[in-house]
Amino acid sequence: MGGASLLSALACGVSSSSIGAPPHSFLCPTPNRRRKSRRKVRCAPITAQFELKPPPYPLDSLEPHMSRETLEHHWGRHHRGHVDSLNARIAGTQLEEMELEDVVVASYNKGSPLPPFVHAAQVWNHDFFWRSMEPGGGGKPSGELMGLIERDFGSFERMLKEFKEAASTQFGSGWAWLAYKANRLDVGNAVNPCPSEKDNKLVIAKTPNAVNPLVWDYSPLLAVDVWEHAYYLDYENRRADYVSIFMEKLVSWDIVSSRLHIATARAAERAREDERRRREDDVEITNREAVEMYVDSDNDSEPE
Amino acid sequence: MGFHLLSPSYCCGYQASPPISHGLLRFRPVTGIPKPSPKGQLHQSRRASKVLAYYGLTTPPYKLDALEPYMSQRTLELHWGKHHRDYVDSLNKQLVKSPLYGHTMEELIKVTYNNGNPLPEFNNAAQVWNHDFFWESMQSGGGKLPQGGVLQQIEKDFDSYSNFRDTFVESAMALFGSGWVWLVLRTEEKKLSVVRTSNAICPLVWGDIPIIGLDMWEHAYYLDYKDDREKYINTFMDNLVSWHAATVRMLRAEAFVNLGEPKIPVA
Repeated sequence: MGGASLLSALACGVSSSSIGAPPHSFLCPTPNRRRKSRRKVRCAPITAQFELKPPPYPLDSLEPHMSRETLEHHWGRHHRGHVDSLNARIAGTQLEEMELEDVVVASYNKGSPLPPFVHAAQVWNHDFFWRSMEPGGGGKPSGELMGLIERDFGSFERMLKEFKEAASTQFGSGWAWLAYKANRLDVGNAVNPCPSEKDNKLVIAKTPNAVNPLVWDYSPLLAVDVWEHAYYLDYENRRADYVSIFMEKLVSWDIVSSRLHIATARAAERAREDERRRREDDVEITNREAVEMYVDSDNDSEPE
Repeated sequence: MGFHLLSPSYCCGYQASPPISHGLLRFRPVTGIPKPSPKGQLHQSRRASKVLAYYGLTTPPYKLDALEPYMSQRTLELHWGKHHRDYVDSLNKQLVKSPLYGHTMEELIKVTYNNGNPLPEFNNAAQVWNHDFFWESMQSGGGKLPQGGVLQQIEKDFDSYSNFRDTFVESAMALFGSGWVWLVLRTEEKKLSVVRTSNAICPLVWGDIPIIGLDMWEHAYYLDYKDDREKYINTFMDNLVSWHAATVRMLRAEAFVNLGEPKIPVA
């Protein structure tokens, strides 16, 4: 989801600790030359930066379901604003070397979010959202995705209903998600005693403001933005209509399916990793027990 | 069938909050349950579930186009006629099945806030109150400077009006997500302050007295200002805020909060 692009190194030999400071503060101390020298300073101190990626379709191609005006504002101003704020806030910190998803999880800080979190998450969320849609989208999913939907929700219609319910009842700003949850207990001393394929399932979630399911280690498959700016110009207060149209006419089930493939592959890989590690631990314990038994039998054989 | 048991957490909330009328503990039979209806003219009305309106939608103290061009008529039509009205309707629907009864709106908010563990009715109740307060915080030909006592108090607590204004604008800009910005009179510190709250929360829940409120939910400004929040906030301060309303509220607040030295009459 968009790695940091490393722009060319600072020709002026500016140390990384001064990244983010306005150029004139260390290059041109005299105030009256400030303007002139700012323009001369082409080596604006930028290293790693996240880019504003455009949606994979022209801004008017989702009409009439989502107007060009909405896209222009939503992508061109809201999304862009978050990208700029994110870059400003992570400049000169450890976060600027990380991939976006890692920045999101790291800045979430297990529930006490750091200042870059809202921007990192919103950048990620919006990238994800644009790619969840396509012109001429909608319809129904098929294949593995449809199979899982029917397994975990009963029917496609039930899933739709639950999704719309979540989106409509998210109070204030936020997002509604369809995600793939590979059930892994992240508690130090607990292990799922009977892991089975059925623990991995589709879930619907709603999140406030900028939070997204990455922070719970879920794999998001589909998102709808229910911040009012996403639908107010086209639907005014009618959020339910917006979500219905989103599902009927905009969702790209192909993309959702491909995300599911990646998610299930990732879950399977992790399960294999966990199994391998468990077997290694078992072997280690067995070896240790053997040593202890040896030691114990020594003691036992000591004469009284 | 018609009685609704109070849940333990609700009881605890009630104990801790400020004095509320004892009417709270009365169990109120829920009406509107359809009885087996005789066929005939009453059949229709018996079958339809009755929603008893407990709280009404108050109208703003001005016509919906009175705040143009700073807040369009269309915005008022939607904001008041749809959003605000929805909150009232939803609240009333919830109250059909709930034992909360006989409260003033302010009391209801404190009760349903439940000391930080809000009951389902809280969002709707608080939003109803917040919007009532918001309409009255504005007027046609508003803005400019506060007068008299309010100005004095602002200058005392913020050093100057422009300091206050900057603080207010900054606070509103720093709000992420949906919420409100308030000028409040803090009852304990006995001074004015600017606070921002998320979603439906309002300063009543922790016992402060709001003097001015600004809705920062996107539905409040998106049609008129799109993403230009700063312009919206500045326009509110320059052209919409009703310092008359603020004065009235300050006067009322002084009945509860002693803001000055006691004026001991000299014989």
